[in-house]
Amino acid sequence: MKTILKVAWRNLWRNKLRTSVIIFSIILGLWGSMFFMGMMNGMNENRISSAINTYLAHIQIHHSNYLDNPIINNNIQDVDKIASFLRKDKRIEAFSKRSIIDAMASTSKGSTGIKLIGVDKNSEVKVSSIPTKLSEGSYLSKYKKPSVVIGKKLADKLGLKLKSKIKLSFQNLSGDVLSYAFRVEGIYKLNNSMIERSNVFIKKSDLKEILNLPQDITHQILIKLEDIKQSEDVKKDLQAITSADKVQTWDEVAPELGYAQETMSTFAYIFMAIILVALSFAIINTMLMAVLERQRELGIMMAVGFNKTKLFLMIMTETLLIALIAAPLGLLISFLTIHYFEQHGLQFLSVAQGMEYFGVGATVYTKLEPQYYWVILLMTLFTAFISAVFPAKKALNTKPIEAIREI
Amino acid sequence: MNVIETTNLKKFYNEGTELEVRALNDVNLSIKQGEFTAIVGPSGSGKTTLLNIIGGLDTPTYGKIFIDGKDISKLNENQLIDFRLHHIGFVFQAYNLIPVLSAYENTELIMLLQNKPEQERRKRVINLLKAVGLEKQIDKRPAQMSGGQQQRVAVARALASKPKFILADEPTANLDSKSTAQLLDIMKKLNEEEGMTFIFSTHDQRVIDRAKRVITLDDGKIIQDTSTLKETY
Repeated sequence: MKTILKVAWRNLWRNKLRTSVIIFSIILGLWGSMFFMGMMNGMNENRISSAINTYLAHIQIHHSNYLDNPIINNNIQDVDKIASFLRKDKRIEAFSKRSIIDAMASTSKGSTGIKLIGVDKNSEVKVSSIPTKLSEGSYLSKYKKPSVVIGKKLADKLGLKLKSKIKLSFQNLSGDVLSYAFRVEGIYKLNNSMIERSNVFIKKSDLKEILNLPQDITHQILIKLEDIKQSEDVKKDLQAITSADKVQTWDEVAPELGYAQETMSTFAYIFMAIILVALSFAIINTMLMAVLERQRELGIMMAVGFNKTKLFLMIMTETLLIALIAAPLGLLISFLTIHYFEQHGLQFLSVAQGMEYFGVGATVYTKLEPQYYWVILLMTLFTAFISAVFPAKKALNTKPIEAIREI
Repeated sequence: MNVIETTNLKKFYNEGTELEVRALNDVNLSIKQGEFTAIVGPSGSGKTTLLNIIGGLDTPTYGKIFIDGKDISKLNENQLIDFRLHHIGFVFQAYNLIPVLSAYENTELIMLLQNKPEQERRKRVINLLKAVGLEKQIDKRPAQMSGGQQQRVAVARALASKPKFILADEPTANLDSKSTAQLLDIMKKLNEEEGMTFIFSTHDQRVIDRAKRVITLDDGKIIQDTSTLKETY
């Protein structure tokens, strides 16, 4: 085997240009597809983490009927029991209790349906990044009178500015429609147009007062965990202590995000497979040329004692050596560029608006899990192995006598 | 004892058609250990075909070839490769060394294929390259050597496996007079001192003059054999 390896290695460099071209092609193919995968994966992770940090959290609890019928009366029943559990459990990083009512927002410029969310600023800031994403103003801390924080998109739509007044109409517990004018205290800006257009924040205590509620009511509890992987376990434990309420993990609340992750992974492998199929043709072509132009030499080798197995192994080894040089280099370059853009981000300013619409920022931080590198390394070696078979079989068709006759 | 023996050896191409060519027609030949034999004849007389069949590179249409008493016409392709590896040394007209290997590695290659231990390989390769006068060229690749030097490496390679005999097809055809003389001296010395059997096909009068036995072929038949001095045609 050592002899075969030595001869194969040297054969590889007989035509340096050709070998370099095929190695470069594999490196480029791997880098291109892996960087694309890193970008897609990064975009997706960015979308998920942005959603989790702004409005999803890791776990949400609602009254079991609230999601189908989001009315004020469908509020969480076992709030105290749940809150007590959450305070004690070390897996919980923070939680926030929200009161939510559907409302109609209107100004002289127009009107639109919104969700008026009553929050406690101190706990809200621990589960949602919205309080830190203000483009103007402050987050429910400046005015003594009830004020609201709105999204930039809503502000643009209704022609609102900081300190402008916005009229909100909603029903109280009895079903009476109430209308109040609130001052805009802050305007937040996210990478999520839908949230910006629909979520309006108010102090929970102000909402309680306006609605004239006898006690605090909670429609939604957002829970942030120390580790996202614990979502399922915590959900089970929570569900066990409250039967009237519904506990959901982030991917149950927004299944499209979970599916997007799975779909991305599948598409990434399909994309890589297509690139590798294209590369396999390049490998076959290169090795076939190498075999055909050495047909006479291969015949001589057989004449002096190289048997078919050794000849087959020699061509297979030559091909695998190409992959063994190209694949690690391709993976290394991919890793370095993906790692670099994971730290520094890749700017897509020209399509920023479109990306924001999908809940992704204009800066994409590439990311690829280590398992992808291993799978792709194996896929590349497997492709090289398969690609080597045809040229190697072609080499076996060599007849020493025919090779010698050509002399 | 005969190293090589052929009985009623025939090689026909396009047999039974108008284009039938009788490259060898009923060749009966015996070659003993230690012979230094030249097979001569005009182009198309069947010299190369005969060497190829003796060397197990080609198969006869009819007849049998015995090498050291073993009928090689019954061996399959892989058995023939193995048989060649252990019993026959080849020297080709165009040298046919492996271009990516040095003189040392080309000579060593056959022994590697025979799984000989490293120490034995090293000793024999150095000795052989010394014997062919190339001890200073051991690290050179074929492209860095002259035709005469390459052919001497080819002889060393052929000898490396300790074959029963060496088949050399027009070994001097591409060499100048000086290289031809050097090569013949080396082969003659190996023949006389080590008893190595050499069989050449050649047109070269210088080779014919040094041969102990000259077999003349024409139209696929032996027409003269100096060992018997008996015309068969």
